[in-house]
Amino acid sequence: MKFVDEFRNRTIAQKIIKRIKEFDPFKVNLMEVCGTHTMVIFKQGLKGMLPENVNLLSGPGCPVCVTSQEDIDKAIDLAKDKNVIITTFGDMVRVPGTNSSLEKEKGNGADVRVIYSPSEALRIARQNPRRKVIFLAIGFETTSPLIAASLLDARKEKIENFFIFSTHKLIPPAMEALLKSKEVNIDGFICPGHVSVTIGSNAYKFIVRKYNVPCVITGFEPLDVLQSIYMLLKQIREKKAEVEIEYFRAVRPEGNRIAQELISEAFEVSDVRWRGLGIIPKSGLRLKKEFSDFDAEKVFRPKKEKSKENPDCACGEVLRGVKRPTQCKLYGRICTPEEPYGPCMVSSEGTCAAYYKYYKYG
Amino acid sequence: MCLAIPARILRIEGNLAIVDMAGVKREADIRMVSNVRVGEYVLIHAGFAIEKIEEKDAEETLRLFREMA
Repeated sequence: MKFVDEFRNRTIAQKIIKRIKEFDPFKVNLMEVCGTHTMVIFKQGLKGMLPENVNLLSGPGCPVCVTSQEDIDKAIDLAKDKNVIITTFGDMVRVPGTNSSLEKEKGNGADVRVIYSPSEALRIARQNPRRKVIFLAIGFETTSPLIAASLLDARKEKIENFFIFSTHKLIPPAMEALLKSKEVNIDGFICPGHVSVTIGSNAYKFIVRKYNVPCVITGFEPLDVLQSIYMLLKQIREKKAEVEIEYFRAVRPEGNRIAQELISEAFEVSDVRWRGLGIIPKSGLRLKKEFSDFDAEKVFRPKKEKSKENPDCACGEVLRGVKRPTQCKLYGRICTPEEPYGPCMVSSEGTCAAYYKYYKYG
Repeated sequence: MCLAIPARILRIEGNLAIVDMAGVKREADIRMVSNVRVGEYVLIHAGFAIEKIEEKDAEETLRLFREMA
């Protein structure tokens, strides 16, 4: 497949690794912020190929994983309405809430449908005018422009039974929150490629300026990741902190302006709660007032129950890079992809799921 | 979640395109990529083209890999 196969060349990968090993063996912590990168790193076995001094930490870039327990509980409550069709990306269905999950509610008769695209949710709304269709809008800057586009379509077509439950989040504020907390030492960021398609490399400039931490925007093939690690090590050795774009076949400094305009037409920035990171100022997107009629939170007022995470689940610490999944007492013993206790084991991009599937107890 | 897959544009009708995604034909919304033409490659995320892939930049990336290695 074009733009895929040529970025998976084993011989070149081995040569880049050789170059990575040539650096002085100083210990560095590099964080891959994006869950899709976590999966590439594990699936392609990159973690095991790197020298011991290069430590990769997984960050808060799995949207299902960082969704707060309150929001999961609200989504479950929305599903209990018999006149509602919940549409969602697949991974949300099995995330355990405080007392239930969307999967359990589905078992109790709730209409929960897994979809691939927000435009499918809109199609379901058109086909079911007597039902109310709620789309659980999770995701980062890659996904929010699509949701905005579907919402604008709904408004244009005067579709009155389509609603959005927005838990959209923004990546740069979460990166800053991690640096500010100083809980883990991060020497460089492997920045998310597809979030950066939307926001551009300029969006990370404040991180290198304020915190002096190098950033490399990275593509999703094994050679992209290895090359970025090399670029970060080079910056660290030269005591530089710049934003570089390894993934320049898709990412521009200014990002995708059309996508940015779509976001700002439908959403406004808000303070939101992240699992594991608490409330981060200006890190979320809520619907603008003029879209209140489409806002599931305002129209359906989901119950606020006393949300509680499983006290033994280390998902929050895993998302901050403080703990490895293998340091969680539930991991692998009672928490598995078949019976997950926290979202990091549910999501196909969760760090616990990636460890379990490709790394086990390494 | 932020997965996006390279696909080749086969046909364009307004804001929609038929794309070839690893041998599978799918419909994609292309309103976010301006001036995209048949035969060009885009990244598809959840049914939308989020950006054009610049072929010459991809070649340049591969050249950099080879040069460094």
